[in-house]
Amino acid sequence: MMGRTIIPIGPYHPLQEEPEFFTLTVEGETVVDIDVRIGYNHRGIEKLSESKVFENCTFVVERICGICSSSHPYAFTRAVEDIFPMEVPIRAKYIRTIIAETERIHSHLLWLGLAGHFLGYNTVYMWAWKLREEILDVMEILSGNRNNYGMFKPGGVRRDIRAEDIPICLKKIESILPTLDMLKKAVLDDPVLHARLKGVGVMSYQQAIDFSALGPTSRASGVARDVRKDSPYGAYQEMEWSMIVTKNGDVFDKAVIRILEMFESAKIARFCLEKLPDGPIDANIKDVPVGEGIGHIEAPRGETFHYVRSDGTNRPVRHKVRAPTFMNFPTYKATIKGQTISDATIILAAIDPCYCCTERVAVKDTGGRMLYNGQDLLRLSREKTERIRKGMGGR
Amino acid sequence: MTRTEVLADIRTRFGADIIDLFDKSPSRVFIEMRPEAIVRVSTYLFRTLGARFNIASGTDMIDFIEILYHFIIEPLNLLISIRVKLDHENPEIASLARDIEAFNWIERELMELMGVTFIGHPEPKRLLLADNWPEGVYPLRQCYVEWDGTADRTRGV
Repeated sequence: MMGRTIIPIGPYHPLQEEPEFFTLTVEGETVVDIDVRIGYNHRGIEKLSESKVFENCTFVVERICGICSSSHPYAFTRAVEDIFPMEVPIRAKYIRTIIAETERIHSHLLWLGLAGHFLGYNTVYMWAWKLREEILDVMEILSGNRNNYGMFKPGGVRRDIRAEDIPICLKKIESILPTLDMLKKAVLDDPVLHARLKGVGVMSYQQAIDFSALGPTSRASGVARDVRKDSPYGAYQEMEWSMIVTKNGDVFDKAVIRILEMFESAKIARFCLEKLPDGPIDANIKDVPVGEGIGHIEAPRGETFHYVRSDGTNRPVRHKVRAPTFMNFPTYKATIKGQTISDATIILAAIDPCYCCTERVAVKDTGGRMLYNGQDLLRLSREKTERIRKGMGGR
Repeated sequence: MTRTEVLADIRTRFGADIIDLFDKSPSRVFIEMRPEAIVRVSTYLFRTLGARFNIASGTDMIDFIEILYHFIIEPLNLLISIRVKLDHENPEIASLARDIEAFNWIERELMELMGVTFIGHPEPKRLLLADNWPEGVYPLRQCYVEWDGTADRTRGV
């Protein structure tokens, strides 16, 4: 029997959005077991939220995630609006949808860039992040901020979109589409990427159901679930758009879904900008009665779920936050076993949790001597890509 | 099945276990149940009706500990929240993580933050709190007192 080696991954890295600690047990090059610890960055936001008034909670939850910073306030405001029957003005719904979809584009581009970086495709990384700049510019024009937009409030949005900004935003979104199309072709038609990613980290349909996987992670396994379609909110039912679903459940399919989704998001955002209806942007909620509300929206990584209970005061008595990664994380108990270490990096990245943690990997032999660190694991991943490329007669 | 049929079906199957059914809005239903029935009702919702498990949320209501299990039946856009009330001194409920993987992490989270015991959990290890966090201190309980920054950390924050 081959000796087992424990690989600790994590927990800290300055770029991590959610630090976590993985323990991979490997035999030779094959991962045979995995254990996860989270909570290194547990900021007690649920408890903190109980001490804030409803308006301020929106800002607190906006700071949960730096990448998809509109998804938490969106889910929270929907939860507050669910406590009692109320209607959000249609213009506010459109503005919310625009923010959520442009953010989805930037989040997926960020993922695509990092995934390319892990595989040794630094050109993909550069192109993706260059395109992301344009989207961040759009966010800045619309909200005044490149991140943490501060656009949401219970009952509506805090800031209107000026009519003269709309053509600039449309132009910027349209300007990225040809390059995005080039990037799509570069990724989807590349034989090396096919060989590198197909059949890697496969999650079956049944596993996706059992883990209650969400977002692109579940849609890659053929589970057609998307809150935007299943529980329509915002302006999503106003226009035609398609949910991207693939069957194979491997890393390649997860990448395909994210790339194709960007085009759908651009379509939705453009529609909303073009057809933005007139009217008020805020329902001016005066006070929140006793009750409980549930708000869930489709964030770039899957469903974000907020549960708010009000006792009639101006603060929530309980505020439960569930980010999509909480459900998607455990899935790679299923996907990573039996795979090689050189694939572990990209499988970790494929569910879009926080890729950066993998840079802190260190392999120890039984004497405690460092054999590999995160850089080495990245190198392993890139070398494998290079081997495949050479095997295909590439330069 | 339609929304009405689903609710009627739940009523006939679990009639004896249902304490209260609150039909809040077209897409939200809150059902209060006896804690003993949670495995049967969750397995029925998850496996038979094909509902997705959203999450469970625990609340310390001072007289009792309340857990809400949120399930969504996606084709109907119906979010069913199963409410169970547990004894405050000794909150215990059967674990669902043995059969359904999706419950694993949230049950561990509730164990640590709310102090609920899930009987038969396959890996009742710490997930969120630090290893040196004292036993029996649950941050989401109402009686939790913030660490004042001067006392020894090991005393239990």
